[in-house]
Amino acid sequence: MTYEERLQNVSVLGAAGKMGSGILLLTAIEMTDLSLKPGNKGKTFVLNAIDVSAEGLAGLMKYLRGQVRKVAEKKTVWLRKMYADRDDLVENYDIIDEYVFDVLNVVRPVTTMAAAYQSNLIFEAVSENRALKVKLLGDIDKNNGNNPWFFTNTSSVPIKLIEKEAGLEGRVLGFHFYNPPAVQRLVELIITGKTLAEVEDFARNYAKNLKKIIVPSNDFAGFIGNGHFMRDALHGMKEATALAEEKNIPLYKAIYMVNKVTQDYLVRPMGIFQLIDYVGIDVVQFILNVMNPFVEDEELSHDLLDKMMLQGVKGGQKSSGAQKDGFLKYKGGRFTAIWDVHKQEYIDLDSFKDECDEMLGELPSSVVAWKSVIRNKKKDDLLAAFFNDLKTSADLGAAMAIKYGLKSKAIGEKLVSDKVAKETDHVNTVMLTGFFHAYGPVNNFFD
Amino acid sequence: MRRRIYMTAGYNTVSMGTGRKEFNPKKARPGLEHYFKEAGQGTINQINDADNIDEISIGNFMAARFNKQANLPGFAAHIDDKLQWKPSISVEGACGSGGLSLMYGIRSVLAETADVVLSMGIEVQNTVKAIYGADILAGAGWYQKRKEGHAYFFPGQFSDRAGAYYEKVGMEKARAGMKQWFINSIENARLDPTAQEHQNRVPDLAALYDKFKPNGTAFVDKLSVLDCSKVSDGASSILVCSEEGLAKLGIDKKDAVEVMGFGHVGRNITNDPEDLTELQTIKKAASKALDNADVTIAQLGTIEVHDCFSIAGVLATEALGLAPNGGGADYVAAGNTARDGAMPMNTTGGLIGWGHPTGATGVHQAVTIWQQLTGKAGEAQINISNHRPYGMTINMGGDDVTVISIVFKKG
Repeated sequence: MTYEERLQNVSVLGAAGKMGSGILLLTAIEMTDLSLKPGNKGKTFVLNAIDVSAEGLAGLMKYLRGQVRKVAEKKTVWLRKMYADRDDLVENYDIIDEYVFDVLNVVRPVTTMAAAYQSNLIFEAVSENRALKVKLLGDIDKNNGNNPWFFTNTSSVPIKLIEKEAGLEGRVLGFHFYNPPAVQRLVELIITGKTLAEVEDFARNYAKNLKKIIVPSNDFAGFIGNGHFMRDALHGMKEATALAEEKNIPLYKAIYMVNKVTQDYLVRPMGIFQLIDYVGIDVVQFILNVMNPFVEDEELSHDLLDKMMLQGVKGGQKSSGAQKDGFLKYKGGRFTAIWDVHKQEYIDLDSFKDECDEMLGELPSSVVAWKSVIRNKKKDDLLAAFFNDLKTSADLGAAMAIKYGLKSKAIGEKLVSDKVAKETDHVNTVMLTGFFHAYGPVNNFFD
Repeated sequence: MRRRIYMTAGYNTVSMGTGRKEFNPKKARPGLEHYFKEAGQGTINQINDADNIDEISIGNFMAARFNKQANLPGFAAHIDDKLQWKPSISVEGACGSGGLSLMYGIRSVLAETADVVLSMGIEVQNTVKAIYGADILAGAGWYQKRKEGHAYFFPGQFSDRAGAYYEKVGMEKARAGMKQWFINSIENARLDPTAQEHQNRVPDLAALYDKFKPNGTAFVDKLSVLDCSKVSDGASSILVCSEEGLAKLGIDKKDAVEVMGFGHVGRNITNDPEDLTELQTIKKAASKALDNADVTIAQLGTIEVHDCFSIAGVLATEALGLAPNGGGADYVAAGNTARDGAMPMNTTGGLIGWGHPTGATGVHQAVTIWQQLTGKAGEAQINISNHRPYGMTINMGGDDVTVISIVFKKG
């Protein structure tokens, strides 16, 4: 079966979800672009958007319409060539409109799993539940006569378990997009050892056509991305708890300080507690629970997460994309308060921020902002100068940052020594492209 | 000419669009109504009484599509109550619409049907994304050619012209001229607070130009976006008067420019240009205007040329006979068209630097010449010597199709 034949009938499970909708968008565009090529005229391409929520699927179609138009507006020069034989399509507007229709016309929104029984390729993006994934994929495989291939977007379940329990030997791999898939260029590719070479070849080809950067990860729970982020987040929670005890201050103040250090001092796009909120406290807890049984030498959990969940503070995002309140309370893209787990209420930043900033000390004048440094050609020099100043500073904030940077490095190195990542470069690429860090965690800045 | 014709009381709104700090494509912006009012009142505020205006002529290209608005003559009285019940007309000749608006005023005064005509040009085109704007602007070409044309139709047309010119003189030489044209445009725009590139602070414009290489997969083959004029919202306004009209308005001749001659030429839109490296219509219109004014090109102190693309600026120097055939790029690269050069051109930035609200451009050019010849150009003022007291505008609609050239002298 050729690349194109493989893509003539595809299903996405969990298509209305955040990851599923992005995967669906990218795949629908890839399939439509194939269908427009001269050799493929007349061939039918079908993409089943399967989800339990009819409401979600209605929203998905609206999302697709808006996104596909934006995509089309950026490649109109190419589209004019593809529709050159259509005399009825003259203006850019006509052509873009036709393309939007053609993409939507590939998509079949359905709530029944049976649609996947004809597919050659199935993307799985349902919730991070091993039993559910195994059941769905196994059921489809039993009812599908095409010997289909399965790409799972799981960020934490080992692929070989899915392979074994669903009986998919050699025909499954981990194809882990980052959120949001339409924007983030990173994809972690996980093969099981049994995965057929042709399945992997196809995956690499497909990723290339989607203009994604592939980083291979070994099949260990959490892979590289969550393998680093989850441990980094746990470290943040441990640091905050320890700081509160040591300085005898309420935990919310320590959370504010650790968040500030991880953002401003470590020059990251957001502080660690804001990132946990962004991913969702519930999701972080869930992924840790999935990963924990597979690691032997460490405990991947923290009671702070459990407390937050019990108190019903979960973070994550609204369907509009707006940030929900979590450790931090958000207003218009900024945070204005921190959750107090003891009083179970948000404490206004204004009431304690100055006092905490004073404890951390002043940032050296060589400080660089993540936003300005990320595209700067002299990035490494600027960062080195700033981090060197931190190393010679006696301030609390500087000391916390150095310690955090070193821990982050150790986590990265352990991913290599544990053979999750083949080399440190892979860890760095994941953090640079998947998490938009300005520098990879495995570096010499903090030594 | 059978009557002496003057222009006075010019006014330009800001040319709004990318480049201006206050421009935010995601926020609502003023529409046609605002630009009519601001430009019209900007002129009326310089005279004694709006009632002295006899007629209103409006140059506009595509409000019917950019703004879904036609019947623009109806906006005259929106500017000022005293314009209610007065004759008002809208004229269209693509990007030459502004020039046609001036021509309407000139002809009406010559015909003695008016002594004072409020001549305006207006275009509000940031209402759609550039990719759809390209469809609308493509109306300046022959629609039968749209299907085979580029997604960015007009950049595509001038990309072809640039390509032919690269073949003729060599790409490196051609782009050196185009680069200097771009640099002059931005440097001049920085001197005019209404210019779209007024706030441009890029320290090394040459390096910036070199960085933007033509890329046919995203845009056109032979031009980069820096070779193109801007997408602009804006309006310009000026009064076209007889001698009696000026007196009626109470305006001194020294605050006016006199129209010495004009050339108004049309080319068959259904034909391709005979030679892509020549602007034949511009050549004819400019030479007619100079003949009509009985002025030689050496007597001109400054020229406003229609540089919708940098290549059009370079080719215009050849069409005007300032540079020999194929020598335009060198002429520009040597600094001849800079504000302190042998023949200063587009002293407030032209279409690339000041902006290109398509239907308004012809009027904007006249306002710039009026400012320069009457010493009202502010920081952008150049020295106009007594030996070369004339100025000229060349306004082009479409790909060298509808061209209006006017020669002015200080009043």
